[in-house]
Amino acid sequence: MSAALIVEAPTSALARYALRRADDALILGHRLSEWSAMAPTLEEEMALSNMALDLIGQSRSLYSYAGEVEGKGQKEDDFAYMRRERDYQNILLVERPNGDFAQTMLRQFFFAAFAYPYWLAMMRSTDATLAAIAAKSEKEIAYHLRHSSEWLLRLGDGTEESHRRLAEALVELWPYTGELFAVLPDETALIQSGVAVDPDSLRGEWEGSVREVLERATLAMPSGGWMHQGGREGRHSEHLGHLFAELQYVPRMIPGAEW
Amino acid sequence: MPTPNTPLWEVFIRSRNGLSHRHAGSLHAADSTLALQAARDLYTRRGEGLSLWVVPSSAIVASDPQDKGMMFEPTASKIYRHPTFYEIPDEVGHM
Repeated sequence: MSAALIVEAPTSALARYALRRADDALILGHRLSEWSAMAPTLEEEMALSNMALDLIGQSRSLYSYAGEVEGKGQKEDDFAYMRRERDYQNILLVERPNGDFAQTMLRQFFFAAFAYPYWLAMMRSTDATLAAIAAKSEKEIAYHLRHSSEWLLRLGDGTEESHRRLAEALVELWPYTGELFAVLPDETALIQSGVAVDPDSLRGEWEGSVREVLERATLAMPSGGWMHQGGREGRHSEHLGHLFAELQYVPRMIPGAEW
Repeated sequence: MPTPNTPLWEVFIRSRNGLSHRHAGSLHAADSTLALQAARDLYTRRGEGLSLWVVPSSAIVASDPQDKGMMFEPTASKIYRHPTFYEIPDEVGHM
């Protein structure tokens, strides 16, 4: 069996919307999977793998739906493995390297603090498939939010070193949080018709959870500042290509491989 | 990795309503909250449970293996304690 080595980006706005959310979940899930065999404890190894599998599962549902909507026979694997780097439209936050454990947990927390109210709101989407994916994802992300929050409290309010590492992670990752709320031109119609959620309506809740956890973790909430943008338009950091070297290696070496 | 900062906890899972919690294994965690989360992540990945208990292993009082003669052997000769000498009507179902 042969498969296309390059799959073009879909043209339907709905398919593109689903694809962007799928890309967030796939790339963050892949990053978490990079901790396999390297986590600080066996217990956390399993926690990270579980979260990775939740996210990769969400991406599969969204990729499949994007293929269905586009109607040109693309399968989940085509979108996951066979696109060019610039056709991935995940936010830059999720492609940040794992760094140390504090950085990984803060990245997870920033993402989950947005994704939790996002999926809750998407359960009321006028698109039945997206609403169903939301109902499943909401429960998974609720746990990611709780798990990462508990770690932030312990790292921030822990030892001098854990506090320092979390404070450094905050400086590093804060400028990547603005893109959580980005809206592309082809998404406004979807928002108006109730298919998609206006991310700006979630900003208050996101800031509320972030402020509460950071303050309990004895860290000051940064305010505003310059924010990185570009992932949603396919302009990525130098880190994503290296991630693809691993993620896309097997399907490109052995196109159409099954196991 | 066992360190003084992450003591040992015992994990108990109840799989269905009406059943009792059963010992599933143990884990290391810094405190009760993280122990409960680790129990969820380690022992309920395949739908094993509806309820979890974690108990510090240090809170468990264990019998001494050297006492096993005194503790357990006397029961061996008391087969009449097993309820196997009467028929249970089918209508009773599983007891």
